[in-house]
Amino acid sequence: MFEIIERKMIVPNLHLLVVHAPDIVDEIQPGQFVIIHAGEGSERIPLSAADWNHEDGTLTIVFMEVGTSTGKLAMLKPGDFIPTVVGPLGKPTEIENFGTVVCIGGCFGIASIFPTVKALKEKGNTVITIVEGRSKNLLYWEKKLADYSDKLINITRDGSYGYKGHVNKAEDIIRETGIKPDRIIANGCMTLSYKTTQEYSHYNVPVMVMLNTIMIDGTGMCGVCRCTVDGRMRFACVDGPEFDGRLVDWEELAKRRKQYVGEEAFLVHHSGCGGI
Amino acid sequence: MPKQPPYIRRRNFNEVALGYTEEMAVEEASRCLDCKKPLCVDGCPVEINIPGFIREIARNNFAEAIKVLKEKNCLPAVCGRVCPQEEQCEIRCILGKKGEPVAVGRLERFAAEWQALQSEMVMPVIKEKTGKKVAVIGSGPAGITVAGDLILAGHDVTMFEALHEPGGVLTYGIPEFRLPGKVVNREINYLCKLGVKLVCNYVVGKTKSLKKMLDEYDAVFLGTGAGLPWFMEIPGENLNGVYSANEYLTRVNLMRGFMYPKTYTPVIRHKRVAVVGGGNVAMDCARTAMRLGAEEVYIVYRRSQTELPARLEEFENAEEEGVIFHFLTLPEKLIGDENGWLQEIECSKMELGEPDQSGRRRPIRIDGSEFRMKMDACIVAIGNSPNPIIPSTTKELEVSKKGTIVVDESTNKTSMDRVWAGGDIVTGAATVILAMGAGRKAARAMQEYLMKSQ
Ligand SMILES: Cc1cc2nc3c(=O)[nH]c(=O)nc-3n(C[C@H](O)[C@H](O)[C@H](O)COP(=O)(O)OP(=O)(O)OC[C@H]3O[C@@H](n4cnc5c(N)ncnc54)[C@H](O)[C@@H]3O)c2cc1C
Ligand SMILES: Cc1cc2nc3c(=O)[nH]c(=O)nc-3n(C[C@H](O)[C@H](O)[C@H](O)COP(=O)(O)OP(=O)(O)OC[C@H]3O[C@@H](n4cnc5c(N)ncnc54)[C@H](O)[C@@H]3O)c2cc1C
Ligand code: SF4
Ligand code: SF4
Ligand code: FES
Repeated sequence: MFEIIERKMIVPNLHLLVVHAPDIVDEIQPGQFVIIHAGEGSERIPLSAADWNHEDGTLTIVFMEVGTSTGKLAMLKPGDFIPTVVGPLGKPTEIENFGTVVCIGGCFGIASIFPTVKALKEKGNTVITIVEGRSKNLLYWEKKLADYSDKLINITRDGSYGYKGHVNKAEDIIRETGIKPDRIIANGCMTLSYKTTQEYSHYNVPVMVMLNTIMIDGTGMCGVCRCTVDGRMRFACVDGPEFDGRLVDWEELAKRRKQYVGEEAFLVHHSGCGGI
Repeated sequence: MPKQPPYIRRRNFNEVALGYTEEMAVEEASRCLDCKKPLCVDGCPVEINIPGFIREIARNNFAEAIKVLKEKNCLPAVCGRVCPQEEQCEIRCILGKKGEPVAVGRLERFAAEWQALQSEMVMPVIKEKTGKKVAVIGSGPAGITVAGDLILAGHDVTMFEALHEPGGVLTYGIPEFRLPGKVVNREINYLCKLGVKLVCNYVVGKTKSLKKMLDEYDAVFLGTGAGLPWFMEIPGENLNGVYSANEYLTRVNLMRGFMYPKTYTPVIRHKRVAVVGGGNVAMDCARTAMRLGAEEVYIVYRRSQTELPARLEEFENAEEEGVIFHFLTLPEKLIGDENGWLQEIECSKMELGEPDQSGRRRPIRIDGSEFRMKMDACIVAIGNSPNPIIPSTTKELEVSKKGTIVVDESTNKTSMDRVWAGGDIVTGAATVILAMGAGRKAARAMQEYLMKSQ
């Protein structure tokens, strides 16, 4: 059993969850995720680690309420227990001294990119962090990210804060300032990953994006998370979840993600990122 | 043995075989000749004293019968149901030479079920505590056997399981209608009563490395079973409606998809389903699809019925329930619509040529024999590779080219100090009883080591 230490809505529809999971925290690295199962009748769902604290063994997750299982998580209170938090799963993000790295986060990815930003900075990279949301009230963790970034760029689709536009807007800014990125890393919904790949491929450097496929076990047993990368069948839970977006078969992925849309009994709530 | 009639059972998840009544069991047991040199015992991988337990059933001493069984087999309720008796114990039974062999498996199951109905559980004697700590990784039949043996020997045993429920394939793979979840739970609860500590949601190699486990435990057993499913490597395998057997069965069993929409893991109720493969796993998928309401379910197998690796009983059950068999048929291509949903599968007809290394005649494609079938789901049940998590995070562990963990044959000891392994992770896909046999062998060697070491 895992104790909930904190749960609160940080911006509309996005919740912060702090859970006591000392064994996981001992091993976790940036880019990894856990699988949460909120008890009999729930689904097993993958959620990325957004932060952790070695002293008290707590793990922080930021999740968007989209359906049944995330809906259940959104009702948790401090002191509640959930039966399953398993991990850390997936391959960690590669952290090296690459030079200049552009880190991009949208919706829950604004949080899950944080460990990567921090680790890259600590390795001596120049880190440009870009966060993107529909509107000012959907952005969060500005100070946290700024503390470890050489430059933090805010973008809102309605122009209510920072620059107006989508991730492609940031690419304009980067091009204008003459920065030459050595690596791009993006976390967030599929749309963000896809758009990032499109916009940044011309730099001819790796565009590492998180693929959020459907998952069940998360340990490489069921095969539901399969995708085609570089012409090969790969499994996001053990070979990923991060892949070079330039090599991903996006069309197939988009179709696979919609497999259960007709089946889910609950409404889909998109926070306006146009995500899938 | 009485069964639910096919037209009823094909649409429900209740157990197919209903089990013997006491009278039936006594009658069947009375047929056993109580042979001096019982051939049946040679066929049982764990050498159960078969005439011994059957004799007790014939005398109405059911409690004694279960005692005899438990000397060698800690999971009689499971083995009695899922062992391939027709190629192990029963095939050797002397009575089978002329007529029907004694129904060893069914009697085994009867004794186990009888015991479960008794209000008082006789607890075995546990040896004095040794203070030694053992970690068992994986809670399938191999792990369960090791945990059971070593707890009785007085060690402190913790069993770690990656999923949220224990039991391995017994829980996530073999369907409810063949092996009810409550039977597996009963066995796990029994282990816990004996003092085994069970830790679910713990992926050794991820949550904690094997090396670190060795700092905390005196000995470790790896029974981690199967890993990534194999696909056919033909076009269209990532279409929607195409599943691995593991995904399909996990959704339905572990995640209780058969109760959807009461549960939240969706299972799509497809109308026309093709299952590729010919083993027990394929039969389980086909029969599951039928129970989820499919109109037509096909098994597509590239060899002929003679080579079908599934148990005869399961083949017959599937056929009775209306599963249609396409033998000598090989899928070549999966064809989808513009939204990525499976529409058709294209297959070739095969003929049998010379025997291959496995001794089975090799299927050869007949050119120009392609044909298409309309399908909205295809379940690929052609096997799995061994679970890679521990080997991939433990460089010191020797693995074969196939990815199985290499062990010493007589002790099941791995290349790593204080680490043993057994079950599917060592042999590749095998059977419940073989996994248990391997667990028993490892437990013996572990016990020897633990008693010798300081
Ligand atoms: C490696 C990995 C890491 C992830 N990390 C995070 C994270 O840190 N925070 C977070 O909020 N989410 C994350 N996700 C996505 C998250 O797993 C899903 O949002 C979640 O499974 C939805 O579960 P549900 O039961 O609430 O929704 P469901 O009831 O399953 O789905 C409701 C509706 O939402 C749609 N939907 C399902 N999955 C997703 C998805 N992945 N994204 C958008 N819509 C979806 C469905 O099509 C359905 O129509 C991650 C996914 C992966 C694979
Ligand atoms: C659908 C199906 C039907 C079958 N039917 C039959 C049958 O009728 N008769 C028969 O005899 N056999 C049958 N088999 C085969 C039989 O079930 C297996 O041979 C047997 O279960 C193998 O046992 P095991 O203990 O080696 O591993 P498994 O049962 O595979 O258990 C391994 C366990 O280890 C866990 N694990 C893996 N990695 C880790 C880790 N790193 N940390 C913690 N835990 C981990 C897994 O989650 C799993 O629970 C069937 C198999 C399937 C899939
Ligand atoms: S364990 Fe299996 S092989 Fe051995 S007697 Fe029982 S059913 Fe037969
Ligand atoms: S061989 Fe058959 S008849 Fe002889 S002891 Fe075994 S089960 Fe009984
Ligand atoms: S989630 Fe099952 S194999 Fe990846």
